[in-house]
Amino acid sequence: MKPSLFGYQAPTTLEDAINLLAGDADAVVLAGGQTLLPAMNFRAANPSLLVDIQHIDGLRGIAVGADSIVVKAMVRHRELELDEAVQRVNPLIAEAMQHVAHIPIRNRGTVVGSLCHADPSAEMPLLLVLLGGSVIARGPSGSREIAAEDFFHSFLTTARSHDEIVIEARFPLLPPKAGWAFDEVTRRHGDYAVVGVGCVLSLDGSSRVSGVRLAACGIADRPVRLKEAEAALNGTALGASDLDAAVAASLASVTQPDDINVSQGYRRRALGTLIHRMVARAAQRAQTAGAVS
Amino acid sequence: MTRMMKQAAPSRSADAQAEVELTVNGEVVRRTVSVRMLLSDFLRHELGLTGTHVGCEHGVCGCCTVLIDGKPGRSCLTLAVQANGYQIRTIESVAAADGTLHPVQQAFKECHGLQCGYCTPGMVMNILGRFEETEPLDLSDEGIRELLSGNLCRCTGYLNIIAAVRRAAELLGRS
Repeated sequence: MKPSLFGYQAPTTLEDAINLLAGDADAVVLAGGQTLLPAMNFRAANPSLLVDIQHIDGLRGIAVGADSIVVKAMVRHRELELDEAVQRVNPLIAEAMQHVAHIPIRNRGTVVGSLCHADPSAEMPLLLVLLGGSVIARGPSGSREIAAEDFFHSFLTTARSHDEIVIEARFPLLPPKAGWAFDEVTRRHGDYAVVGVGCVLSLDGSSRVSGVRLAACGIADRPVRLKEAEAALNGTALGASDLDAAVAASLASVTQPDDINVSQGYRRRALGTLIHRMVARAAQRAQTAGAVS
Repeated sequence: MTRMMKQAAPSRSADAQAEVELTVNGEVVRRTVSVRMLLSDFLRHELGLTGTHVGCEHGVCGCCTVLIDGKPGRSCLTLAVQANGYQIRTIESVAAADGTLHPVQQAFKECHGLQCGYCTPGMVMNILGRFEETEPLDLSDEGIRELLSGNLCRCTGYLNIIAAVRRAAELLGRS
């Protein structure tokens, strides 16, 4: 279908863009449009005004800093996926992004747009939570940094105020010698995940877990860090009983009810399987990283 | 059975209008369009470039894929006003002026990579855009399937399309 009537503005300064948002309760930000435009074509979204931020200076580019990767608001998925500096300091990002829709969509859709859309099944919000990243939101009264765990509130709902624009996201680098892994269960390649799991894991000299982060998407109303599972794995040598304990500790995090695709029980089983696989893959990579250095 | 008809003459809707200028297949075009006009409709209805097909209008089928500033993108998920200042390439620009097929098109022909042809313009633009990237190509079955995963064919032609991608790589010296 075609979108219904709306107004369109393409401001060239952030101040103008923020004023436009502040002046219209039904205005929305347009960046890549790869989620917003389908929703508008379906008439599931009927904004009164689109504020196209693509012509605003300073919203482009990726910068790799000492402790994080700064991704500006207009950076397309594919730019981040193919960035060699990013692949060096955080290869998990490219691995997860293979699952974000298809290349033509990744060419247009933006990373920050995906974060702000906050689909609980989406990969980018999961990555931000898994890595412990943050976003910078700019509003009428200035900028504020919002940690990933505070940013995602519920289905399609974030801590961003209506008159704020998220101008950048910060994804932390992986710890030195850490292993990483991401995979998901999905009905068709490129779909939103039924369940997705990411893992970052470090081993000490005797192959015991010295640090681990686990997070999942598709299991609740937002991406979830699996802290109980992390606690069950920390300090262990990743024996079968340790992994079983980690899975058992994570099952209560699955709160997404049965839906048209799968049951809640299916999501629990998929989560358990993915935890097993992702911890194993991350541990193997951590071992390789430890061996070569 | 008679149908109730409105007597009033049709009038233009209240759509907000905007002037856009973009380069399509190397030619600068300028039009005043409704801000809600999709790029796919702009190409077809304003410019008469009907080689760009429209399937689902929500980004799933891939029929409307064109090159947007050199990269494959969905023209149904881009507003014409958003594309103001952009470079757009459509299927009409792919063959040479004398009708000689581009290697990607030639490969589709040789490998019977199409039946009805509805998905073909989007397939070709997606493949062409990927071939023009410097990023190494993965020509394994899995890699080609990944490349084609955003383009639906309803004639069951995927195996021949996979063969066509491999043949195109040969013809372009990329295999």
